[in-house]
Amino acid sequence: MAKAPAGTLYRGREGMWSWVAHRVTGVLIFFFLFAHVLDTALVRVSPDDYDRIIDTYKTPVVNVMEFGLVAAVLFHALNGVRIMAIDFWEKGPRFQKQMTIAVVSLWAILVAGAAYPILDHTVRSLFGSNA
Amino acid sequence: MTATLPEVGSPGLSIEVPRARRTRSKGSRTNFEMYSWIFMRMSGLLLIVLVLGHLLIMNVLDGGVQRINFGFVAGRWASPFWRTWDLSQLWLAELHGTNGLRTIINDYAVRDSSRFWLKMLLYTSAFLVLVLGTLVIFTFDPSIK
Repeated sequence: MAKAPAGTLYRGREGMWSWVAHRVTGVLIFFFLFAHVLDTALVRVSPDDYDRIIDTYKTPVVNVMEFGLVAAVLFHALNGVRIMAIDFWEKGPRFQKQMTIAVVSLWAILVAGAAYPILDHTVRSLFGSNA
Repeated sequence: MTATLPEVGSPGLSIEVPRARRTRSKGSRTNFEMYSWIFMRMSGLLLIVLVLGHLLIMNVLDGGVQRINFGFVAGRWASPFWRTWDLSQLWLAELHGTNGLRTIINDYAVRDSSRFWLKMLLYTSAFLVLVLGTLVIFTFDPSIK
């Protein structure tokens, strides 16, 4: 495969795909934020209405989506640190590839660690002996 | 009446030179894009603490989302610390996200009119979310029936 021209950060390979993932996760988080402000606004309507909408957050399907949201936010946050390091640290651009590997590795560890506390109740309710 | 062809070079017929520079209107000669670039980084830094802290408390610790209900929110918002936390989070996240989507619309909208209307939709939704969220935090009443 031809080597990318020197000095490119956003064309091809890690630099480009982390840029794509940053956009995709950013858009997903933004749309969730819109819905989340609306559902939280129900505390101003009545405790019952708020509790009812929050109950949907506790269902297995939405709970798995929350896990996806946490994964998306974690990637966006970690890659955001990488972007700031590229912009403000003099050696940042030189180590952007290594930093991408660090971001993805740390992300995988954190997502794996978040899986149990977030999905515990859902897994038990679906497959546990009290299901 | 005879049909007349438009003159060569008239607006209806003109074809832009490929990759021609967009002519900028005089009004846009500010450093807005630089400030927006800085804002994305500064707000991002704060949001790492605010949002990851929020997700940790709401989804991970002490049983996560299963323990959240109206009483839980009332207990947290009894403290000015968490109201300030949530208000900062709301404003920074909404502005950070709106500015991100503004960039994306600028990148992908093909026609000027679709770019304009997508941004109007974006700014309208951002305004509504900020006003609604701010009102909810400031006017929260734990004894509401």
